[in-house]
Amino acid sequence: MKSVINWLKKVSKKPLFLPLVSVFLVLVINLVYDAIQGNYVFEFLKFELKEGALYGRIIDILNRGSEAAILAIGMTLVVSSSAGTDISVGSVMSLAGSLCCMLLAGFGVTHVRELGELQMPIFVGVIAGIAVAGLCGLFNGFLVAKMKIQPMVATLIFFTAGRAIGLLLTNNKMVYIHLEQFKVFGGKLWIFPTPTVIAAACILVMAIILKTTSLGMYVQSVGINPKASRIAGINSVAIILLCYVICGLFSGVAGIVATSRIYSADSNNIGLNLELDAILAVALGGNSLGGGRFNLAGSIIGAYTIQAITTTMYALGVAKAQAPVYKAIIVILIVVVQSPAVKAYFAHRKAQKEGGLAVAGRS
Amino acid sequence: MKKLLALVIALVMVLAATSAFAEGLLKIGYVQVGHESDWRMANTQNYYDVFTEDAGFELELIDCDNDHALQLSKVREFVQKDFDYIVIDPIQTAGWDDVLKEVQEAGIPCIIADRSVDASDELYTTAVGTDMTAEGVTAGKWLEEYLAGKAAKILVIEGSTGSSAAIGRAEGFNKVAADHPEWEILASQDGDFTQNGGQAVMEDFIKRFPEFDVVVCHNDNEAYGAMDAMDAAGIKYGVGEKIIISFDATKEGLTRTLAGQILCNVECNPIQAVIVKNVIEDIQAGKDIPKFTLVPDEGFCAPGIESALVTVMTDEVLAARKY
Repeated sequence: MKSVINWLKKVSKKPLFLPLVSVFLVLVINLVYDAIQGNYVFEFLKFELKEGALYGRIIDILNRGSEAAILAIGMTLVVSSSAGTDISVGSVMSLAGSLCCMLLAGFGVTHVRELGELQMPIFVGVIAGIAVAGLCGLFNGFLVAKMKIQPMVATLIFFTAGRAIGLLLTNNKMVYIHLEQFKVFGGKLWIFPTPTVIAAACILVMAIILKTTSLGMYVQSVGINPKASRIAGINSVAIILLCYVICGLFSGVAGIVATSRIYSADSNNIGLNLELDAILAVALGGNSLGGGRFNLAGSIIGAYTIQAITTTMYALGVAKAQAPVYKAIIVILIVVVQSPAVKAYFAHRKAQKEGGLAVAGRS
Repeated sequence: MKKLLALVIALVMVLAATSAFAEGLLKIGYVQVGHESDWRMANTQNYYDVFTEDAGFELELIDCDNDHALQLSKVREFVQKDFDYIVIDPIQTAGWDDVLKEVQEAGIPCIIADRSVDASDELYTTAVGTDMTAEGVTAGKWLEEYLAGKAAKILVIEGSTGSSAAIGRAEGFNKVAADHPEWEILASQDGDFTQNGGQAVMEDFIKRFPEFDVVVCHNDNEAYGAMDAMDAAGIKYGVGEKIIISFDATKEGLTRTLAGQILCNVECNPIQAVIVKNVIEDIQAGKDIPKFTLVPDEGFCAPGIESALVTVMTDEVLAARKY
């Protein structure tokens, strides 16, 4: 018994403990609901092969959470290095998708139904979309790192202009690409939903970069104290710039996925409000929005937690208009439990219990 | 500076002179909502097609790009320029009283088109528009005809909560459904009028309700999403399979009706200018006109279905569709 408690104490200190507990909580809500409804208790976790692809609620979460997870990677770096958020990611997603579809279909064309009607190979359009998103990131990074403009103000520019530029590119219309070769990015790859595969690939690439290079350390160091880092020989400006470019590129990838899902450039709706989910994912992952230390795995778990909450709302039959209220309640619980004040309180109590000196505020 | 001012004034006068109306043309001012959808653009184009100089009109159409304040100021401008008729497609329902009074005091007939205003009908001459509730009723009546007394389990993917289209279409459909105890509406969820929203809602519906017969989508985009979700789950739709009902009847939507995928598609008719023109001609002729004229909405069903209520889709109908 004692060893279990000790193990729990040890585990609860791990940085990923709370994000994982949040996911667990959401799953428990579903299990309880299914039990009450008289369904198979593990209905929510059940998955099977249907039409040659994985199928089930848990697959829906992994699939639909892909865009937020991809955005969360870039957002984590931006938050860590510049102590601010990039609120343009949703609009940049839309811009990337619009440019891609416009290039593929040609300006003013609204439907492409035959491979022969394409103006260029699909991969060129996709790369152009991701590249323009990278350029947006470069612009944001330049304003933040070089011009020292507050991140929220700097990224507000593309937050407002991104969709408008997308609408200009698509001539105010929805551009459809009815081709299986284009639908694949939002469709399925063998038995897996492609967005999940793309998200996994993005996470893997970032993880390898962080593991094999000192980028992670540099980013955190710049985030904690840019001046000290510069004196220590780190090019703060370049690091912040790089973080914004990476964030832009990942927004582009997420934009292509979202566009491919609906095989059309819907400038008004693609990535709508997703910047908020990405920021929330970073916060839910136990990262401080004040910059500095970051935990990428936490952010990604945070992104899937948000999707799990959304999918749960659907499963419980909550009307979509009211869902944000319940979502907010769950988010409040998770954020409060993770807050420094609550952590400090528990540390304080623990210290009192052990009869030692109460050391408040240190967790 | 003075010279510059004089130049500007001269320029303005020249412009005013050139834009002065030709003899005998009726000056129509139309404040359009914006250009947010293919539907809206078809509506704008229709005004340009109908109110031509050959037909005896001079049309000034202002695209207000969803800016209510701009719309108000443009109406005042029409009053100052002493237009013969002012047609308003109001961006929002509220806040029209003062401007409408000004138009009335100037003695200019004012027609509210497409959308509605939240003002006393004393303040405007007449209104022309579609009826979303009637669209819902058409969809319901078609289902009644198609099912011919058979029981049905129905799923509804609504439009954005609170929008007039979502409220009206649901109200109309529910009115018909109330007469049919053998119909059961299993669930109704907001799909945001988007394809992605429709797909996400349908993915959930399929898992919660393995047995259903009908999906009612409040617009075409939601229907595309629902179809994608059903494809992924291996659920078939069409004649003899699951029934998809949709609204809007855009060209792309009707393409899928012709293909037998969306069995019934009820339009919201953007071709409204002819009706506005008829109303104006009636006023010119001094006839009594009703306070509201309905723009008739048409329903379409897939080939192979016999219907006395809606038009059966053909290649010709699709080819004639502009939006």
